[in-house]
Amino acid sequence: MTKLFTSAEAHLKARHRSEWRFRWLGRLAILFSLGFLAIMLVSITLLGKGALSRAEIALTVDLTEASTLEDVNAKKTLRNALFATFPEVTSRGEKRALLKLLSPDSGYELARQIEANPALLGQSPTLWFTASDDIDQYTKGAVDITQPENRRQLKDTTLGWVQALESRGALRSVFNTAFFTSGDSREPELAGIFSALVGSILSLTVCFALSFPLGIMAALYLEEFSKKSRWSDFIEVNINNLAAVPSIVFGLLGMAVFLNTFGLPRSSPLVGGMVLALMTLPTIIIASRAALRSVPPSIREAALGMGATGVQTTFHHVLPLALPGMLTGAIVGMARALGETAPLIMIGMVAFIVDVPNGFTDAATSLPVQIFLWADSPERGFLEKTSAAILVLLGLLIVMNLVAIVLRKKFERRF
Amino acid sequence: MSKDPIITARDVNVFYGDKQALNGISLDVPRHKVTSLIGPSGCGKSTFLRSINRMNDLVDICRVEGDIKIEGKNIYDKDVDVVALRAHVGMVFQKPNPFPKSIFENVIYGPKIHGLIKSKSDAEEIVEKSLRRAGLWKEVADRLQEPGTSLSGGQQQRLCIARAIAVQPSIILMDEPASALDPIATAVIEELIDELRAKYTIIIVTHSMQQAARVSQRTAFFHMGDLVEAGPTKELFTTPKDERTQNYISGRIG
Repeated sequence: MTKLFTSAEAHLKARHRSEWRFRWLGRLAILFSLGFLAIMLVSITLLGKGALSRAEIALTVDLTEASTLEDVNAKKTLRNALFATFPEVTSRGEKRALLKLLSPDSGYELARQIEANPALLGQSPTLWFTASDDIDQYTKGAVDITQPENRRQLKDTTLGWVQALESRGALRSVFNTAFFTSGDSREPELAGIFSALVGSILSLTVCFALSFPLGIMAALYLEEFSKKSRWSDFIEVNINNLAAVPSIVFGLLGMAVFLNTFGLPRSSPLVGGMVLALMTLPTIIIASRAALRSVPPSIREAALGMGATGVQTTFHHVLPLALPGMLTGAIVGMARALGETAPLIMIGMVAFIVDVPNGFTDAATSLPVQIFLWADSPERGFLEKTSAAILVLLGLLIVMNLVAIVLRKKFERRF
Repeated sequence: MSKDPIITARDVNVFYGDKQALNGISLDVPRHKVTSLIGPSGCGKSTFLRSINRMNDLVDICRVEGDIKIEGKNIYDKDVDVVALRAHVGMVFQKPNPFPKSIFENVIYGPKIHGLIKSKSDAEEIVEKSLRRAGLWKEVADRLQEPGTSLSGGQQQRLCIARAIAVQPSIILMDEPASALDPIATAVIEELIDELRAKYTIIIVTHSMQQAARVSQRTAFFHMGDLVEAGPTKELFTTPKDERTQNYISGRIG
């Protein structure tokens, strides 16, 4: 009696141990990947948070002589304001260095401020202007002033002025709205994500509008209507292979066909979206077919047995059940398209584009390409822009996935 | 053979690819009676059933030879519209398969696609009539908008029957309609089949000889693709002519 349940004790222990080991291996693997994700997110956030603020310098500008905006020579006014702030600066070289405290865009900033508040004319107000990126980096603590002067961009004289401004309270840090509202720039303190964001959204719109209906139609035909034949096998193999083709090949195809043969506008979201659609199509077809296959055949039999036609069966019963799965597949494909750089480079979406695109045929760039361009720039200020742009890209991906989840929950029906 | 049969099958051969599943079946199905098809698994009874409303068309490799005439018209003629045929010959499947929609929509779907409803009151009338006939009305009258899949297995199967009769077929094919149900639900379905006989011709495939004996007036015994014997149920079970039938009903094969 006592032997009951105990005969294989040693063996049983080993089995339980192996189960225990396997569980912990799994947990470790998950912890490990979560850890790396956390490290990545934290480091990008730390690097990128600088892009959300920028340094501004307060200057007292002399507008007493001006009665209209046209009377103001913005550049000269700012120069005089700077020289008045630092009267000790006299030499030509130092004067030139002094002018570099301000961002090249500050003349326009003056004009904009006067435009917004014409009462400034005839006065000598104290206004805030965007500082150049070296100063911006200094205020963010990114410049190591313990290093010898010849090893840093920010020279000692400039540093003296900045510290003087700081002690007078004429240096502040503000939220950098320009990052979200302006296009690319050669000056890191002026560069923004907006044109790339719009370019990405336009491209993805084209991509979705083309690949989703086409993909679903193709999947529906292959799965619900076509007879199994050597041709359908051939098509299936090709679709599976296309899903694995490197994206740059689609870029080459787009360049050869859309740009050279059809003469569509280069660098445009239209062509970008078409290329991305080519790339996404196989993914959507495969996901949609899987979704269709998961619809129980009994539903089809029920509808056909009622005398529904094939099209009625498909559109009334099968498609609604498969749609959540199709949407998930489409969003996965779109997310991949959103992060794609190589094919867009091939069709010229890598150009330096300052203006925000107004339509599908305007020259544009996209978020990942913008990240790639910034990552390639030597100025330190672009480092934080790169990280911040990555965060924006990740944010967009999260939003897309949330949309997918919401749509899936909304359409999901149990059967 | 009986007088004025609604279905007459002559020399029906069915092939799946190179494999022959039915060998020259000839069978008459009498009007307003329940005919049961019995036989061991893989004997071809379901294949024969599915030939009657051409559900076999859905199988790419399936080929049907011979004549199956309904009301004198060969359903495999070129001018026969499968959609119209299936409206005339309803089907109830082995596993209850209501659409993942409301009870109301389940019943009204067939009439809707066949253009049988003109107004909202039409729809309500058809739904009520069909559910009443399927003996489900009392149970679901106050929850027509709930999903059909929320019903119990037996109720779901009766919903499928209601769905089938909503398009006013003259023949209902049932492919082991009670095999997924418990004995009580089975008894309810069997009773229902007996009531439906007054209005419809019913052909039922069943694995249970007791069920065949209980519900059907005529029985056809299939074995390995052959129709071995067909006749009035009582005769077939008490005095089978063929040795194979004898062996099957006494439990020696099958």
